[in-house]
Amino acid sequence: MTAGAPLLLLEARGVGKTYPGVRALDGVDLCVRAGEIHALLGENGAGKSTLIGVLTGVIAKDGGQVLVDGVEIHPRNPAEARAAGLSAVYQEANLLPNLTVAENLYLGRQPTRFGLIRRRTMNDAARALLAGYGLDIDVTRTLDSYSTAVRQVVAIARAVDLSAKVLILDEPTASLDAEETAMLFTVVRGLAARGLAVIFVTHFLDQVFALCDRLTVLRNGRQVGERTVADLAPLDLVALMLGKPLTASHLIRKRATTPGGVVARFTGLGRKRLVAPFDLELRQGEIVGAAGLLGSGRTETALLMFGAERADSGQVEVDGKTVKLRGPRDAIALGFGLLPEDRKADGVVGALSVRDNIVLALQARAGWTKPLPRRKQDELAARYIALLDIRTPDADKPIEQLSGGNQQKALLARWLATEPRLLILDEPTRGVDVGAHAEIVRLIEALCEQGLALYVISSELEEVAAYADRVLVMRERRAVGLVEGEAISPGALMAAIAGTAGEVAA
Amino acid sequence: MIASRNLPLLATLLVFVVGYALCVAQFPTMLSPRVLGDLLTDNAVLGVLAVGMAFVVISGGIDLSVGAVMGLTTVFVAVAVTRLGLHPLVAFALALMLGAAFGALVGAVIHYLQAPAFIVTLTAMFMARGLSFLLTTQAVPIDHPLYAKLMSLSLQLPGGGGLGIVALIMLLTFLAGGILLHATRFGAEVFAIGGDRRAAALMGAPVARATVLTYALSSFMAALAGVVMSLYTRAGYPLTGVGVELDAIAAVVIGGALLSGGVGTMFGALLGVLIQGLILSYINFDGTLSSWWTKIVIGALLFAFIGLQKALLTLPSLRSQTP
Repeated sequence: MTAGAPLLLLEARGVGKTYPGVRALDGVDLCVRAGEIHALLGENGAGKSTLIGVLTGVIAKDGGQVLVDGVEIHPRNPAEARAAGLSAVYQEANLLPNLTVAENLYLGRQPTRFGLIRRRTMNDAARALLAGYGLDIDVTRTLDSYSTAVRQVVAIARAVDLSAKVLILDEPTASLDAEETAMLFTVVRGLAARGLAVIFVTHFLDQVFALCDRLTVLRNGRQVGERTVADLAPLDLVALMLGKPLTASHLIRKRATTPGGVVARFTGLGRKRLVAPFDLELRQGEIVGAAGLLGSGRTETALLMFGAERADSGQVEVDGKTVKLRGPRDAIALGFGLLPEDRKADGVVGALSVRDNIVLALQARAGWTKPLPRRKQDELAARYIALLDIRTPDADKPIEQLSGGNQQKALLARWLATEPRLLILDEPTRGVDVGAHAEIVRLIEALCEQGLALYVISSELEEVAAYADRVLVMRERRAVGLVEGEAISPGALMAAIAGTAGEVAA
Repeated sequence: MIASRNLPLLATLLVFVVGYALCVAQFPTMLSPRVLGDLLTDNAVLGVLAVGMAFVVISGGIDLSVGAVMGLTTVFVAVAVTRLGLHPLVAFALALMLGAAFGALVGAVIHYLQAPAFIVTLTAMFMARGLSFLLTTQAVPIDHPLYAKLMSLSLQLPGGGGLGIVALIMLLTFLAGGILLHATRFGAEVFAIGGDRRAAALMGAPVARATVLTYALSSFMAALAGVVMSLYTRAGYPLTGVGVELDAIAAVVIGGALLSGGVGTMFGALLGVLIQGLILSYINFDGTLSSWWTKIVIGALLFAFIGLQKALLTLPSLRSQTP
């Protein structure tokens, strides 16, 4: 036992987890003291979810140790973790909306007499418990009659009442408004004052500065920093999370070609609770980047532009004519293409062959009554496999057997086959190895040179800075700036992204 | 204020009361205790099945095997008493135990193989029905003194008529079922897994045990319905109860349960059974209508209730939620 042991309520040392082909957690440390609110930060895929899974017994770790209150624990499921004093409350609070508030609080441990639930005793206890959190609600009503904020507090109350010493809050404020967030903060501060260790997972940096005492940052499965919030500048925090030094301006692309005509103009495009209205012009032979932290609304801009989410304000002009985007079909008919962020969920049809995946969008546009002749399919597949250098033994290979980078190229081929005029790429280099990164970036540049209008969303600031002509900067579901031409550098983008957090700390 | 969740139940109650009032307006004798007693007796089998079905539907499942299990039970009891010479009480006990075990097996398959309840209970239905034909293809009459004795028992109602043993079994079943569903931890677990199976598991509810018990209970009730049917008809017949599982599901849904699970009441299920019985009685009193009108009216009612539930489900999401 070290001297600091009594202070540390949670001590995770060298936690590791390997999935086939991916090192999801690589020797991660996380130490949280009693009475502390500790932020756990990191971009998508940094390993936050895996770490929470390990702590709560959902995922089996393959290295390291986890100590709660100085005692090593090996939870195999959430119930065992809970018994060891470690509970998690998720963004979509895992409660039962069809049961009453009291039933939710006491499910599985209802007070009974002769096997019958003593409803009045249970309701009284529930009222008393929630009063401790400043919540005075009718506990006999079903949970679905209350807001997300109330559900969060009920979930927290249940977790703490089940003898939690360490409480993990996974993005609890993601769908709360300012007032509800303030209420939740009060509750969380109260818990810390009672000596609990609270782990606060969020992607709102201003909330980190407003609420948390210390923080741990993960990147690519590694712990890259443990800091005291008071000693940390917002810009340094962003740099920690994105992991890019504030240099590398030499990567800026030098291009001679000037952009052509406007392909699409979006004016005041937005949707309530999704993304605030923004303006954007996309021109032929130009790459517009979108930068921002996870949850900043960068993906949402693409969904609106592609009609996958319906805008409730603004208008879209294509070739100078106002058009209506009622859905992706309209967008595809206009010559738009979207390469989504989550390849597995939204793009790749794993069991189908490379060829089938490539011709999918073209076939969808033609309609199922006009099947593409096999000869044409083979032609297309052969052309794009050669053009994009997709490494596959033949076009009949199921696409799930290819590497991430080659899957991504096949998806790119799918949209190129439709001969689009505007191509939206959401995180095209995520989950592909370093070599493929460069290839995909080169491809993006080549496409641009051929006169395509490109909109590329990426959290790789260096890459964006390298190829983009203009960069739309997103923060808190709002477009906060457009960085153009020579002004584009990873440092400038980072500063623009960090903007709000800087104001709060200032 | 009335919670919108209780509206389907209140609507059902209203349909029953208004329906009964209309019947009485046309045929005043329908108010007599004798007719009331008959209403309970004639629908006892459906009632007992509906108790089990209420648990299954509220847990988010469905049990298509109950009619077949009931038919199998009537045959099993008849064969055991007439050919094997077992005492009826012994045969009853055996049938109930086998029924519960059969249901537990069904529940275990649904839970551990993560198979859809629809297909598993459909399989169970074919097996139970096939098994009853294996035992006999003919109706087997039961002639045992106990049957005559049991059927002669009745609780006298004021104003003539009485509640026979069959009606009493049904009422007791509803009472016990209501307590089990609404006042025990097991009942809360049934609501929990019907609301959100994954969340229930994360909250530490014993999902496997609750699922197995739910289907065991449903099959037990089906066997009990078979025993009641056996008392009522004094025979075992392999075609008993064809399609009655759908009547039971209809009764539970008319009673305000959601087929998607998590919502429903035992009292509602009883009302659902009585409404079906009421329509049948009216048709009997009228004498000119085809009895198939029952099905048409039930179909229309079901449709109306599904529409009502859909409206209630979509309305709250349209208006803003209360803080």
